Amino acid sequence: MRHGKYPFVIGFLFAPVTLYVVFVIAPYAQAFQISMTNWRGLSAPQWVGFDNYRRLLDDGRFWQAVQHHGVLLLALPLITIAIALFFAFLLNVGGRSVGGQRQGVRGSKFYRVVFFFPQVLAVAIIAVLFQMVYRPNESGLINGVLMKLGLDPVLFLIRPNLALWSIIAVLVWQAVGFYVVLFSAGMASIPGEIYEAAEMDGASKVMLFFRVTLPLLWDTLQVAWVYLGIAAFDAFAIVAVLSVDSGGPDGATTVLAVEIYRNAFVYSKYGYASAMGVALFFLTLTFAALTLRLTKRESVEY
Amino acid sequence: MAAQTTLPPAAADTPPGRPAARTRRGRGEHHEVRLFSGLGQVALAVWAVIVIVPILWTFLAAFKNTSEIFSSPWTLPAELRWENFGRAWTKAHVGRYFLNSVFVVSCSTFGTMLLGSMAAYVLARYKFRGNRAIYYLFVSGLAFPVFLALVPLFFVVRNLGLLDTHTGVILVYIAYSLPFTIFFLAAFFRTLPNSVAEAGMIDGCSHTRLFFQVMLPMAKPGLISVAIFNIIGQWAQYQLPLVLLSNAKDKWVLTQGIADISVNAGYEADWSGLFAALTIAILPMIIVYAIFQRQIQSGLTSGAVK
Repeated sequence: MRHGKYPFVIGFLFAPVTLYVVFVIAPYAQAFQISMTNWRGLSAPQWVGFDNYRRLLDDGRFWQAVQHHGVLLLALPLITIAIALFFAFLLNVGGRSVGGQRQGVRGSKFYRVVFFFPQVLAVAIIAVLFQMVYRPNESGLINGVLMKLGLDPVLFLIRPNLALWSIIAVLVWQAVGFYVVLFSAGMASIPGEIYEAAEMDGASKVMLFFRVTLPLLWDTLQVAWVYLGIAAFDAFAIVAVLSVDSGGPDGATTVLAVEIYRNAFVYSKYGYASAMGVALFFLTLTFAALTLRLTKRESVEY
Repeated sequence: MAAQTTLPPAAADTPPGRPAARTRRGRGEHHEVRLFSGLGQVALAVWAVIVIVPILWTFLAAFKNTSEIFSSPWTLPAELRWENFGRAWTKAHVGRYFLNSVFVVSCSTFGTMLLGSMAAYVLARYKFRGNRAIYYLFVSGLAFPVFLALVPLFFVVRNLGLLDTHTGVILVYIAYSLPFTIFFLAAFFRTLPNSVAEAGMIDGCSHTRLFFQVMLPMAKPGLISVAIFNIIGQWAQYQLPLVLLSNAKDKWVLTQGIADISVNAGYEADWSGLFAALTIAILPMIIVYAIFQRQIQSGLTSGAVK
């Protein structure tokens, strides 16, 4: 009955598989190979074994970048999820209950629409926008106000120990709305009578949040953590565009993606850049494995 | 699809006898609720301001001249200087970048949806040897960071003679969008009922016609979600065009162009032009978002709910 199945199957799969193998699978496979060579793009690549990896271990910039990924990996999810959870709770169960239905505070719909908007903008555009916001003189949005008030300007992107946090703030600014919407969907699926029962037992709003909402939202939180973790390992566009000198000042904000780009397409050290790529790959893999391990937990049935 | 199925009607089966107890809470409780909502309202309003003000400030600054920009960030422009936009659109080439982005993203999203839905459909609904292997080959792409492949990808595209061409960027966008598209759509096609497909086959419908005329229309909600996801993701791409189009300035996409203008604005001291360029980049997104707000929110979050 399923006449002519194979020609159809092959016909439908041919183009996508070819495209995918040529542009995705083949480059990934080659990356490992190139990372073992001293290829600079001109002469034929020479096999150098693990030399590139040994050099990575002595490369201060590489370790700076890894350290920044560590900071991003902790700070970005923690801050974003905390703010987003708080807002999602307010928007969904923060208000009084009307006829047994939990209500959000007034203006919930408006806030959800506004908060989500930065998600639609490209990170590179946002980075340029915040370059203007952070400008160190009167023309900056924040410093213009500070200087009008007679205060000293804050050198957001220029002071090395402030620069990375200024960048994290922008990432949080963009991400919060997405997670408010995500958590709202999760909260909407928690039955109202659970809140009601808890309130009858005298639970306060704070207790409701920690004892009811949080445990029942665990799966969604896990997804959020993985997403933000992946974002923490990327951060190319924001660092490349927003920071002084792409990763500066003096490497104070650099991330691996920026170093890979610089080594490959500015210095033409293709072998070395590929070794960094492989290192980044294993870092990402470790993160994914650890997250799955650590957050594994009995899910609550309701 | 999970987005829809995980939202059961909240108060569907409320146990009887509960609501009566709700009335006897004291004034203290009421007070706490009001304090909490009050503080919450303030926090929400503050965040809304934090989101809106930088964007609004950019729009205003786009009409100012340089001395106004440097005098105070809060004053309104003395007059509406539309010429700033003209300068950004033509002299800074924002117009070209914008149209390039529209062209590239239209082609790549169409290609992604076509090839992605074809592959997802076959992988979801046909049994053949190697089906699982091909499916996992695609899905494994979700786990790899693009940066790992950046160097070899550059040479693959160069060796094909597609460097500094839109064709190259479009093909690469499609290839890197396939894993998520196939992962999502395969799950969607699996949920479609078999009976319709069988009825079609009995009526003498070919496999190809069955797909385009019966299955695709049935998968419309899923297709819309993934399409939005891909459009926004590909529109925001910065890294790939930076590597693949670096020497062809007339082919640059918007993200790349704006980032470049921001570097040059420092040398040319044309800040109002940069603000105008930013406005041109942001304003259409606000309009599109205002119209498709609901679909965009569900489209972007549907990936996470899976």
